Amino acid sequence: MQMTATVSSDSQTSTRSRVRGQSRLFSERVIESLLVLSGVISIFTTAGILYVLASETVQFFSEVSLVEFFTGTEWTPLFADAHFGILPLLCGTLLTSGIAIGVALPFGLLAAIYMSEFAPSWVQRTLKPTLELLAGVPTIVYGYFALVFLTPILQFFIPSLSSFNALSAGIVMGIMIIPMISSLSEDALRAVPNSLREAAYGLGGTKLSTIHKVVVPAATSGILASVILGLSRAVGETMIVAIAAGQQPRFTLDPRASIETMTTYIVQISMGDVPAGTREYRTIFAVGSALFAITFVMNLVSQRLARKFRER
Amino acid sequence: MSDKWNIKHAAGQRSYALREKLFVALCLFAVLLPVLMLFTLFGRLLLDGLPRLGWDFITSYPSRKAASAGILPAAVGTLYLILLTALIALPLGVGAAVYLEEYGKRSKLATIIEINISNLAGVPSIIYGLLGLGLFVRALGMGRSLLAGASTLALLVLPVVVVSTREALRTVPMATRETCLALGATRWQTIKQVVLPQALPGVMTGSILAVSRALGETAPLVVVGALSYVPFLPDSVFAQFGALPIQIFNWVSRPQAAFLVNAAAGIVVLLMMMLVLNLAAIIVRDRMQRKLARAH
Repeated sequence: MQMTATVSSDSQTSTRSRVRGQSRLFSERVIESLLVLSGVISIFTTAGILYVLASETVQFFSEVSLVEFFTGTEWTPLFADAHFGILPLLCGTLLTSGIAIGVALPFGLLAAIYMSEFAPSWVQRTLKPTLELLAGVPTIVYGYFALVFLTPILQFFIPSLSSFNALSAGIVMGIMIIPMISSLSEDALRAVPNSLREAAYGLGGTKLSTIHKVVVPAATSGILASVILGLSRAVGETMIVAIAAGQQPRFTLDPRASIETMTTYIVQISMGDVPAGTREYRTIFAVGSALFAITFVMNLVSQRLARKFRER
Repeated sequence: MSDKWNIKHAAGQRSYALREKLFVALCLFAVLLPVLMLFTLFGRLLLDGLPRLGWDFITSYPSRKAASAGILPAAVGTLYLILLTALIALPLGVGAAVYLEEYGKRSKLATIIEINISNLAGVPSIIYGLLGLGLFVRALGMGRSLLAGASTLALLVLPVVVVSTREALRTVPMATRETCLALGATRWQTIKQVVLPQALPGVMTGSILAVSRALGETAPLVVVGALSYVPFLPDSVFAQFGALPIQIFNWVSRPQAAFLVNAAAGIVVLLMMMLVLNLAAIIVRDRMQRKLARAH
């Protein structure tokens, strides 16, 4: 009698714990699938970007020829006599980005060399976060700086400078990109094995000649990766150029002139009241597709190069 | 002979030492000039903006007259916006990070997600704006609403949350997990009760930084259709909205100098908000780290 009672109560608890175990197993499963789902959201995001850009762009190209888009030198989509040549916008983008890299590369690289080869650790600890601050300032603040502060100063030296110009926007964009180039280049310089430096010293090299002829060349792929990443960032940068570089699509490489970048065009149309579903509205997606393609390729190349130096 | 050599050698050394000093000076200049520019920028903003900054400026609605215009609807819009963005982005980002670190390690799906996230981090923010316009505003019918703006910003900062959360999870030692599992806890119990609490300081810091990134974003909001003139406060997530960066952009774009002063004052407020968030991140991290240290 007693025996059976124990057995039955035993089996009861084991059923209960089995049931609890099963429900626990079930909730584990639910949670795991929720976690997978939140991971998959990022794939949906990419898919969403591709879908939105592609669907509107395909419709755009059913009305505008690819040849005109890629070879036309006039961009006047809102005029009665509409032209859809992207070259002026591309030109504006390349001009401002080129100026930005022209500023950011020398500064970023020298800063990286200083941090990895010369700076004592306390200097690194204070200067690095300060330099990183540059990358955290909202771009609209840089836009204000370019328009209100830098352009008037530049106009003092270059009287023919338009009050909206590629030069000022490009320089300020370059300042913003410096920390990106310096931190990635610094990683690359630090990844150069010390045995290489020691070998150079052993051969009678000085510190400068070692940096110049051994360390920097050995870090080339990483430095290049940082430059391409910086360039991609500059190409996609919007507010600085929208505020300070102007809104006039012009097929020119004159840094003094007012120009329009691809990103500024998208902003300009978004601020206006172009009705959805029209050809004018679709132009921003066509320009967006081109922008996405350019930055995507640059990021890919940069990642490949960066992987190369990390593997070593 | 040897004297001559010595003299020559010493001279060479001296000129080399000079060259090295010059080079180091050049490098230091390259570090300090941008930092100097940054402080010039802050100084100039304070100089331009502070005189305009007052209670009136913060509590007034925008106006056609620069002197009586304020940032109330824009600032309120921005607060709602970053709150909603955090509500959407944090669970998703932390969830994705937990999956990648704790569950999916080395699985094919995890690898694809990982590559995908690192690619998303490089997509220009204005492209996210186009995504938001095509997906949230039009396809999902949210209109130019607060919700559409916040969803767009959430997707934009998602990679930041994921990356920082993963770093925080990696700092929790493997042995802690193994102990917990050996005591009979399930995987999720281990994560919820042991791993996540230990990683919390890192998760919080990363999240606050992500939110502060969302705070300054302008371009995607312009494309999604934030209003640049808002005479009202948003009363639901489906309402149209303004945002502080948009208001600043609107003022910067006007030719009158008085509006530029407004823009500077607006920027000072924006930067203050960012400063508060970043300080909060530092304080939260320190507090929690101390608490954890005491618990051990």
